[in-house]
Amino acid sequence: MSAGMDKVFKALADASRRRLLDRLRADNGQTLTQLCRHLDMSRQAVTKHLRVLEAARLVVILWRGREKLHYLNPVPIHQIADRWIEKYERGRLRMLAELKDKLEGESDG
Amino acid sequence: MANSRFVYVTYIRTTPEKLWKALIDPEFTRKYWCETVQECDWKPGSTWRNTGPGGKLADQGKILEFDPPRRLVLTWQNELFAPMKEEGYSRLTYELEKAGTSVKLTLIHEMDKPQSKLIEGVSTGWPHILSSLKSLLETGESLEETRKWPEGI
Repeated sequence: MSAGMDKVFKALADASRRRLLDRLRADNGQTLTQLCRHLDMSRQAVTKHLRVLEAARLVVILWRGREKLHYLNPVPIHQIADRWIEKYERGRLRMLAELKDKLEGESDG
Repeated sequence: MANSRFVYVTYIRTTPEKLWKALIDPEFTRKYWCETVQECDWKPGSTWRNTGPGGKLADQGKILEFDPPRRLVLTWQNELFAPMKEEGYSRLTYELEKAGTSVKLTLIHEMDKPQSKLIEGVSTGWPHILSSLKSLLETGESLEETRKWPEGI
């Protein structure tokens, strides 16, 4: 479990990989070509980053016919939250995060 | 080609046989899946019903594939919320694969419709239910928030 979590944190420690996850969050189930379209990275770099994300189980592959689709898997991040955030704190934390977003005029869309 | 799809992969420290049983046996499902019970004779072509307390129909469909303890595919129409029911049938697939001392569980819930409300809805429901299932199999206890049917439904 702890080796698994190391992989998750290492995978998340890179801005390009986080951007890849953001792309999948916006539109889940993309091919490599589709993912490359919106990113300022070479196809090789994207492939390499995807491999790290897959090893951390943050991205899972589904084959549909000849298409290899990449999906964001929420499980490892959920497990991190379960480990350090008490269930009853969650509602309050969400409220505070929403307040911060509102005040700072941010949006995650 | 499905236009809306939810994918979830989790590793559970158990055997494929036990996980398979936990996915369909009422003794398990009512503990981690909000008191629901599935009514089905588990044969391809059979009717499948997912019911809440008092037999209230939550979802229904048909079994497409039944291959224990590897693969279960069924059609699924929500019966509780009109905007979801109107979308018609979605498709749910469970795939179980032994991975060392664990089982890799892949859940795919998909619908041939872009921006499906049903898929959006289950995308927030499944993570709770499945992490409760994992907890139940690994520790003997499900997560508290999944033990009761939601109030007011």
